[in-house]
Amino acid sequence: MSEPESDLLQKEYWDLKYITGPLVFLSNGGRFPTGAILDLTLENGQVRQGQVLEATTTHAVVQILQGTQGIDIKGTAVSLRDEAAKMACSVDVIGRRFNGTGIPIDGLAPIVADEEREIGGSAINPVSRDKPNDFIETGVSAIDGFNTLVRGQKLPVFSGSGLPANELANMIVQQSRVRGDDEEFVVIFASMGLTAREADYFLRSFEEGGQGSRVVAFMNKADDPAIERLFAPRCALTVAEYLAFEKGYQVLVVLTDMTSYCETLRQISSAREEIPGRRGYPGYMYTDLSTIYERAGRIVGKKGSITQIPILTMPDDDITHPIPDLTGYITEGQIVLGRGLHRQGVFPPVDILPCLSRLMNNGIGKGRTQPWHREWANQLYASYARGRDVRKLMAIVGEDALTEIDKNYLRFAINFEKFMVGQGERRRDIDGTFELGWKLMGLLPRQELTRIKRETVEQFYKETTNADFH
Amino acid sequence: MQGPIIGKLSRISGPMIAADGMLGVGMGEIVRVGKMGLMGEVIRIDGETVYAQVYEDTSGMYLGEPVESLGTPLSVELGPGLLGMTYDGIQRPLITLQKSSGDFIARGLTAEPLDYVRKWAWTPTVKVGDSVTTGDFLGNVPETEFLKHYVMVPPNISGKIASIAGTGEYNIHETIATLDNGTQLTMTHKWPVKRPRPFRRKLPAVTPFITGQRVLDMLFPVVLGGSAIVPGGFGAGKTVVEQQISKFCNADIIVYVGCGERGNEMADVLDEFPHLTDPKTGGPLMNRTILVVNTSNMPVAAREASVYTGITLAEYYRDQGYDVAMMADSTSRWAEALREISSRLEEMPGEEGYPTYLSARLADFYERTGRIECLSTVNDTQAMRHGSLTLVGAVSPAGGDFSEPVTQNSMRVSGGFWALDAKLAYSRHYPSVNWNQSYSLYFKELQPWFRENAPKGWPERRQQAVDLLQKDTELQEIVQLVGPDALQDQERLILEISRMIKEVFLQQNAYSDDDAYSSLEKTGGLLEALMIFYEESQQAVQKGVHLTTILRHPSREEVARLREINSNGFMTKQKVVVDQVKAAMQGLIAAAV
Repeated sequence: MSEPESDLLQKEYWDLKYITGPLVFLSNGGRFPTGAILDLTLENGQVRQGQVLEATTTHAVVQILQGTQGIDIKGTAVSLRDEAAKMACSVDVIGRRFNGTGIPIDGLAPIVADEEREIGGSAINPVSRDKPNDFIETGVSAIDGFNTLVRGQKLPVFSGSGLPANELANMIVQQSRVRGDDEEFVVIFASMGLTAREADYFLRSFEEGGQGSRVVAFMNKADDPAIERLFAPRCALTVAEYLAFEKGYQVLVVLTDMTSYCETLRQISSAREEIPGRRGYPGYMYTDLSTIYERAGRIVGKKGSITQIPILTMPDDDITHPIPDLTGYITEGQIVLGRGLHRQGVFPPVDILPCLSRLMNNGIGKGRTQPWHREWANQLYASYARGRDVRKLMAIVGEDALTEIDKNYLRFAINFEKFMVGQGERRRDIDGTFELGWKLMGLLPRQELTRIKRETVEQFYKETTNADFH
Repeated sequence: MQGPIIGKLSRISGPMIAADGMLGVGMGEIVRVGKMGLMGEVIRIDGETVYAQVYEDTSGMYLGEPVESLGTPLSVELGPGLLGMTYDGIQRPLITLQKSSGDFIARGLTAEPLDYVRKWAWTPTVKVGDSVTTGDFLGNVPETEFLKHYVMVPPNISGKIASIAGTGEYNIHETIATLDNGTQLTMTHKWPVKRPRPFRRKLPAVTPFITGQRVLDMLFPVVLGGSAIVPGGFGAGKTVVEQQISKFCNADIIVYVGCGERGNEMADVLDEFPHLTDPKTGGPLMNRTILVVNTSNMPVAAREASVYTGITLAEYYRDQGYDVAMMADSTSRWAEALREISSRLEEMPGEEGYPTYLSARLADFYERTGRIECLSTVNDTQAMRHGSLTLVGAVSPAGGDFSEPVTQNSMRVSGGFWALDAKLAYSRHYPSVNWNQSYSLYFKELQPWFRENAPKGWPERRQQAVDLLQKDTELQEIVQLVGPDALQDQERLILEISRMIKEVFLQQNAYSDDDAYSSLEKTGGLLEALMIFYEESQQAVQKGVHLTTILRHPSREEVARLREINSNGFMTKQKVVVDQVKAAMQGLIAAAV
């Protein structure tokens, strides 16, 4: 949102009639358009902002950004601030820090807008979309090898409380590169309801990693007004669209934590007495989330791109919870963290089985990574899945009841988790990932590798034993 | 009809608006809302107030802005030039919208659905004095290199031909025929999307809808004119299944509706389809395809419009006598749009907040499929014309739980149930169709066709595979208790063969040039090879050959690698491998005795 224009004389109304939770109802719905931003001037002179959600002839529903505490019906004046929520866009935003509604909080001068854009955005015309196909090497084997990220993709991290999602996201931000390309890139970071400690971790890491000057941060912390959380990702993406599609930057947007965002959405919905959907979340949450996630992509004829990494916390590690569920239906895959791996000390604890990158095929293969990348990944995936099944079986029937081949798979799975996934914080390039993959496949008999073309197997297969990994 | 009725906006709530002073407007009519002229559809009438769902974003509007009724229901324009187009939910060509508003879609735009400048090479097939009625061909134009577009007498019109345009080039708005009652006909007409197009009668279906996907064609085949649903949680591979089918299926025309789904997926289709060849004609795949795209971040009310627009376009080609297949990805997004609008109308919710009329809407929609006798004059010179409309609807159940209302209500009205299984997808078993949960109600009806047209022994081999998989499920339960070592060799053989069926036959690599499409011949031949391997090794085990010896034998890998052989020339290689297997097993038996 833009800076308040000083003392612009606006017509004021005193028609508040009802206040509940974060909402204020006005007794006349016809004065302001829906989506408009209003100024509410309290008796003590304090000014708060509200957005019109719904209008009827008898009333208008307004959500108050900074909360309704202290607002009274009699003494509060309402005036129009802007017909829609807007964000000041300019390349000068790079390196700056804003609150959730786009007002600078770093103590520096206000942004001189090159362009004011409505933060709601509009849908990219599907025929204007360019196919995302630039492989981003994140340096994380579980992503590069198995769930490849490409420019213009939206790939969320599904985490659980206490799992190191922030560390993984940070690793991606620090280490990602596109091969043979040093184009200008910008990281846009939107924090929604992060604790001061988490927010500090990110900002400090960006500083230490030398990204500080390339980061635009929108900070809404846990103790900041909840309603501003609904604005933070939209402000971030509005700036992202401006930088990517007007100025040609490669933009990486990190949105965290989407769970807090959805909680706020639910809070507004219940205050509006809407019929709740699953677990009390509103029925339109899918649509609402899509207006955030779908703002990733590339456009034909434009140099820049928007890649999104939203992070969310699965309540009780439940992937079927509405937040991860609806997210997964919109995003192009997901990176899922596993508690079991984390307990074993594997970092990053990526549970690759439920992970997916829908755009992987666009970014890999001949001329990009390796012509056999897809088969290689499928084989390792299938073998690891079987190894995990064997491990489960072993827990019931004991190791002695396993067949010889099952034992091979078990060894494979253990080493896969320990070495392929558990790479630690060190960056591993894609060639290193491939090499390790072949070494792991060496633990299995050659004829088991039916997912890979015979010629490829013959070229790369070399039998290995457990000892080769120690 | 009197002039347009103009009322005043009295409520704005997300995609729903109300307008006062609208007495005389009917249910389902289209209104233009506000100064921007956003398109909406009337969904409730209360005295002189009407409620409408708006197909575009309503923010920024003031109460009191005008709302104008157009007096017509939401309709599509039908005529040559539809093929190869990409439309939004209300039949606006996306390419035209791009020209008028750039890379982002602005509001309040209008666009002609069909190119009205382009001239078509018209050949009349009736002459002056002929009596014609609904559905009769007046003539045709070559819509694509391979497909004739038949211009029909629109529904509810009949008469004697008073004049007919001669062979030549005409655009879609020029009169090409006049009837004796003065009716002038062009190559196009409009049809309301929510009303099924008329036909003479439905016919029993007899031919399969061949998808080129082994698991579907062999285990769960659907008929041309049938319907199937593809439910699956996110990441189970619904979209890939829908896309594979639209690439390889045996329909003449594909209508692909992307309803509330991802923009990048549509970019993929738009990038890929023009470069793929239609397996039926060899022309570009895009030439037999119509795309209707309403991505998830496009207005919610237009999702409903998009599926109806899609099916009406499909019916139009069906009426010309073509086999049309429609892919709807995903019907759940449409149901969610219904839920959202219903909740804004403050209707009493049914299960999981969905409106109580959800099941009726779904049933009406799925019943628009079928193989039909087209409307037309039938006499000595004109034979009966048949067309079909097949529907494959993706369903996105919340949390992957099939007990939710959209899956359950769709199951009741569709004949095929292709259940996708997240657990299979996790181990990269694609298509992740669960063989225990899925079913097809059409298999019996199709038996005669398969017996006559498919590779020999098709129904028997299928039964053999189904039995093995069933046995496998039972044995797996035992294995979970006592471990595989406790089983007899014969039983362990069943486990191993079932694993091969799953890995070699049921899985299919959508990204492999040689395996993405499997002809009936390859599908039948591959299963036959697997079953021969089973029968031979079963014998060997009986004769005392050790199971491990069989499994380590290179001929097993040969069978497994048959999957990589292209449908062209598959049977030649298959025969070689089958002979190899037979010789190998005989050799093993001889050595063991």
